[in-house]
Amino acid sequence: MAKRLLIILTLFLLALMFWDVVASYSEKQQLAPVAAHYVGQGPDELGAPNLVTAVVVAYRGLDTLGEVTVLFLAALAVGLLLGTGASERNTGPANPASEIVETAVEYLFPIALLFGVYIFINGHLSPGGGFQGGAVIASASLLLFLALPGVRLRHALLSAIESLSGFSYVLVGLLGLVLAGGFLDNRALPLGDYGALFSAGTIPIIYTLIGLKVGAELSVVVERFRGNA
Amino acid sequence: MTELPLSTITLSTGFGLMLIGMWGMLVRKNIIRMIVGFSLIDTGIHMIMVSLGYIRGGTAPIIDGSVDRATALTRVVDPIPSALVLTAIVIGLGITAVMLAYAVQIHTHKETLSIEDCSDSKW
Repeated sequence: MAKRLLIILTLFLLALMFWDVVASYSEKQQLAPVAAHYVGQGPDELGAPNLVTAVVVAYRGLDTLGEVTVLFLAALAVGLLLGTGASERNTGPANPASEIVETAVEYLFPIALLFGVYIFINGHLSPGGGFQGGAVIASASLLLFLALPGVRLRHALLSAIESLSGFSYVLVGLLGLVLAGGFLDNRALPLGDYGALFSAGTIPIIYTLIGLKVGAELSVVVERFRGNA
Repeated sequence: MTELPLSTITLSTGFGLMLIGMWGMLVRKNIIRMIVGFSLIDTGIHMIMVSLGYIRGGTAPIIDGSVDRATALTRVVDPIPSALVLTAIVIGLGITAVMLAYAVQIHTHKETLSIEDCSDSKW
């Protein structure tokens, strides 16, 4: 009972703290100076219409490299925890899906894959990007596992894709160090026409690499959780 | 009474989600429910961050045909919190995946999901 009281007291004090923030909050009327610079100069400096992508890939590209590393470590940890013990878990034979679901998934899987690729290639033009596209690819794999329990991923191929794209990401970053202003600077390649598919320097290349890496990584993570992998 | 601004609503919803998630993590004994609590806290923080970057009447920070470059400064929301939330979502996903993997391992070895049965190395 005392524990319950302590929990309620903790939550009450937290709520009091939060209430102070909400009460003193007023909606902003204009951008902060840094954001104003990104919005005002970003399109000219980097040539990417989607400013969130410009911030993620170029202005704060190092954060994204760290983020990709964290995701890689998480995938590694999941593989370490579930990889070896997984075969001992007897989940039993999975029930096969009905023929309608199987056929539908066989048609939908390439379309979902293509949609994921579309999202990460257009990341600098429209809402989307490498992580979002990679997540769509991973959910396509999840759909495949749900409908066809017997299907296996080719882990060797996927880890080759993953490590190659991670390596190329750093390589493209170093290219910015040599040809432009600094590590991960996207102006290593010409900026091209504003709003065209092949524009904004190395941003589409980096987002494609991130999309491939995240898609491969998350597909393997999803398969690990399936159990009888 | 003046109309409640949009970002105040999302801000307080975010704080509410954080409180619910914290309650879930403190009260529940089932490991999966504690992970759900963590995800709620995570989502709450994302909502708070996005709300703090909102500009009154702003739209998505994508400068194309519909948002003129000259008037963009007054018409788009802050892109930095959105970018940070993108990072935070991915990291939250990674943490959740690792926690679930631990939950699977605990269930394999102990045949239970209750946190009370996992006291062998408490201190």
